Amino acid sequence: MSQVRLLVGTRKGAFVLTSDGKREKWDVSGPHFAGWEIYHLKGSPVDPNRLYASQSSGWFGQIMQRSNDGGKTWEQAGNKFLYDGVPGTHQWYDGTPHPWEFKRVWHLEPSLSDAEEVYAGAEDAALFRSADGGQNWEELSGLRKHGSGPHWQPGAGGMCLHTVILDPSDPKRIFIAISAAGAFRTDDGGQTWKPINKGLRSQQIPDQDAEVGHCVHHIAMHPSRPGTLFMQKHWDVMRSDNAGDSWQEVSGNLPTDFGFAIDVHAHEPETIFVVPIKSDSEHFPLDGKLQVYRSKSGGNEWEALTKGLPQKDCYVNVLRDAMAVDRLDECGVYFGTTGGQVYGSSDAGDSWAPIVRDLPAVLSVEVQTLA
Amino acid sequence: MIRVELPQHLRTLAGVKGEVALEVAGPVTLRAVLDSLEAKYPMLQGTIREHVTLKRRDFLRFFACEEDLSHESPDALLPEAVASGREPLLVIGAIAGG
Repeated sequence: MSQVRLLVGTRKGAFVLTSDGKREKWDVSGPHFAGWEIYHLKGSPVDPNRLYASQSSGWFGQIMQRSNDGGKTWEQAGNKFLYDGVPGTHQWYDGTPHPWEFKRVWHLEPSLSDAEEVYAGAEDAALFRSADGGQNWEELSGLRKHGSGPHWQPGAGGMCLHTVILDPSDPKRIFIAISAAGAFRTDDGGQTWKPINKGLRSQQIPDQDAEVGHCVHHIAMHPSRPGTLFMQKHWDVMRSDNAGDSWQEVSGNLPTDFGFAIDVHAHEPETIFVVPIKSDSEHFPLDGKLQVYRSKSGGNEWEALTKGLPQKDCYVNVLRDAMAVDRLDECGVYFGTTGGQVYGSSDAGDSWAPIVRDLPAVLSVEVQTLA
Repeated sequence: MIRVELPQHLRTLAGVKGEVALEVAGPVTLRAVLDSLEAKYPMLQGTIREHVTLKRRDFLRFFACEEDLSHESPDALLPEAVASGREPLLVIGAIAGG
C-alpha cells in the first residue's frame, strides 16, 4: 500500500503529515523543533527515511538536523557554514558594498544518488555541500565568486539562495536561483557558473537585459525533461526549453502573474501549477479568493482551480517552497499558506481539501511518495 | 563548579534540564566558561557565539549578579560569586516579538 508523507516547515516548528494512498485521512506529527523556524526539510530520494531539516532562529542561529527514520527521531548535524576564503562584498539595499554574512539555510536538496550527500542554499547567497550526512559543509564558492557577485543585491526577504535543482540526466549540472540576483547553472559540478537570465524582464532594474538582478522566486523542473524549466519570477511566469539559456513568458491569461510557488505535475511534464498573488505590495490572493491555476499546455493557457478552496475573505500567501506534488498514479498536489493551512488535492488540482488548518505560518512543503 | 543557566531552546538542544555545571581550569572568564560549555555540549557551538569569530550573537545577553556583562571583554574575570559557584552565569535571549 502506498503512503504519502508531507514534510511541512513552519515559523514555529516542523510537522510530518502522513496518509495512505487514498490521501483522505492524515496523521499529524509535530511540532518538531518547537518554536524554531523551519525554513525547509526534505527527504533523500535514495533513502526516504533520511530527512534533512534546516532549523534556525534569530536568537540562536542555524542548526541542522537529520533523521534516519522518516522524521520520528532526529539528530543534530553540523552547523558550521563558512564562506570559502575572504567573503568579499555584495551590494546592500542602498547600493553600498556589504560584507557577505551567513544568516540561515533556506533550502536543502538531497543528492539523487547518495543519501549522505546534500546541498544547502544559504542567505547570504551561497551554495554549500555536505558529503557526510550534513556533518561538515563546504561552500561551492565558484558561484559566489562569479564576477557578478559584488553586484548582487538582496530582495526584501534577504539575499537568499532558495532554489536548488539537480539534473537527473547529468550529475554535473545544477540549477540555482537567488533573490534578487537571478538564476544560475553549473555544468561542471559547481566549479563554474553562468547566469541564465536571458529573456527575463524586470521593471525593478533599469537594464532589462541585465545579466543579473532579476528577482526569481522559484523554478521547477520535471525530471523526465531536465532541459525544460518553469519559473515564477517576481512578476511573470516563464519557461525555458534550453536549460535556462533563454526564457519566454507564459503568463498568458493569468489574472495576475505575481506569485511565489510553481510546480510540475508528476506525470505530465507540460502540466504546471501556480498560485497567483495579487501584487508585490499586497501579498495575498486576488479578491480574497484562493485559487491555484493549472496549465496543461506548459503555460499561456491557464484554468482556475477553486473547488474546496476558500473563495472569499482569504488573505494568506503561499511561499516559494510551499508547494509540492506526489508521484501516485493520480498526482497529488499540496501547498501550505502563511495562515497555517495545508491543502491537498488527490486529483491533480481538480478538487482540494484542507489537511490541517491551524499550523503556524507555513514556509515549505515537500512530499515523499513511499512504496 | 561554574553554574550556567541557559534559555529553554538551548537546554533542549543540549538535552539538559535546569542549570549546567562546568569545570573551568584557570581564570574564570566569559571566554573560558563558554569554551568549557561548548566542549561539554558541542551541539551548542554556533548558537551563543558565531563560529570562528566567537562574536556574541546579537540577541543574546550575559547576566550575572544583577549585572549585564554582555559588553565586557570576554577575557575579563567574571564576578567572584560566579567563579565560586554561588551565583550562576545567565545566558539570556533578548525579548522580541509582538
